[in-house]
Amino acid sequence: MQTLAMHISNGIIDGPVAAIFAALALAALTVCVLRGRRDLDDRLAPMAGLVAAFIFAVQMLNFPIFTAGVSGHLLGGALAAMLVGPWVGALCVAVVLVVQALIFGDGGVAMLGLNITNMALLGTAAAYALIALLLRVLPRTRAGLAVTAFVAAMLSVVVASQGFVLQYWLGGTTDLGGNLAGLAGTMAGVHLLIGIGEGLITATTVLTVAKVRPDLVYALRSLRAPAAPLVPVAGGVR
Amino acid sequence: MKNRSWAFLAGGLLVALLLAGVVSNYASSHPDGLDSSLLKGCTVDADDNIVEGSCPAQQARDHELADGPLADYGVRGVRNSFVSTGLSGVLGVLVTFAIGAGGFWLLRRRGSTPTDGDVATPTPAEDDAATSRAGTAS
Repeated sequence: MQTLAMHISNGIIDGPVAAIFAALALAALTVCVLRGRRDLDDRLAPMAGLVAAFIFAVQMLNFPIFTAGVSGHLLGGALAAMLVGPWVGALCVAVVLVVQALIFGDGGVAMLGLNITNMALLGTAAAYALIALLLRVLPRTRAGLAVTAFVAAMLSVVVASQGFVLQYWLGGTTDLGGNLAGLAGTMAGVHLLIGIGEGLITATTVLTVAKVRPDLVYALRSLRAPAAPLVPVAGGVR
Repeated sequence: MKNRSWAFLAGGLLVALLLAGVVSNYASSHPDGLDSSLLKGCTVDADDNIVEGSCPAQQARDHELADGPLADYGVRGVRNSFVSTGLSGVLGVLVTFAIGAGGFWLLRRRGSTPTDGDVATPTPAEDDAATSRAGTAS
């Protein structure tokens, strides 16, 4: 079997359901473009390109998880939401998925709407909701930022995996004999473990950027702005 | 953009190129979370080919572009698998950056007319944006 990268292959979900999700994804991405434009200025635009390129690179790095014989890799929704915000972030992940499907034969072209819905839309949305919540309740320290990134990333992967379960319930090509809960449980368990890797990569990357250029971390800018004007001085993150 | 932003951008791209170009060769080749979940019910051999049983993964069909020049993260015609994977990764990073940065650049908000989205943006960002605009103009 060829190496696939946590993307739905052709034939797994039936055509009509794939088409519905393609339309849904297109509509949602249009909203992301409209809302994301407000965030996109001369500085954020190239940085968002870098975030997309970085996610592409890290998605190639499948890491083993504790279960024998199973691997996982970064999805990137939480990382993107942290660095460039939810709207532009979802677009970054979508760009990666489109490049992978159209150039690298990874994730069926007919399945693109399903994959974008799970990883770019659901993953990023869940991550940003958690980031917004955690940054408000956790202390404004590097540890607080790290915990925010880790937890948001880990849980966003599980949410994305359940998006697939919903899609499989609607249009899966194999009759599971009513055992959808089995698939949901397997997917959630495996992706919780993958989520630990996702959380570690996301927290490490966000902490690194916050140390070098705290002004480039969207979540710190927009969610903490009223109380702490973030000038990149020593200790600006704290 | 200010020099510091260019340096950050260049540094970030370099890290991405190294990860995709070199480290990618040490990635785990086991089936990932989704594939392994879809293989439940089937038994696979050492090469992860299905030998018996019944599972969702059996319905998988070939990719539309499975014969493309970069299909499956390898460069067609390059025999050395280390070079093939690394080169495809480097190309992928560059293409993704070009499409991403180019697309976002075209979408970006121009001029200094504030929109309601700006309420959440603190002044330092605005200052930087203004400086960089002045920089590009000169």
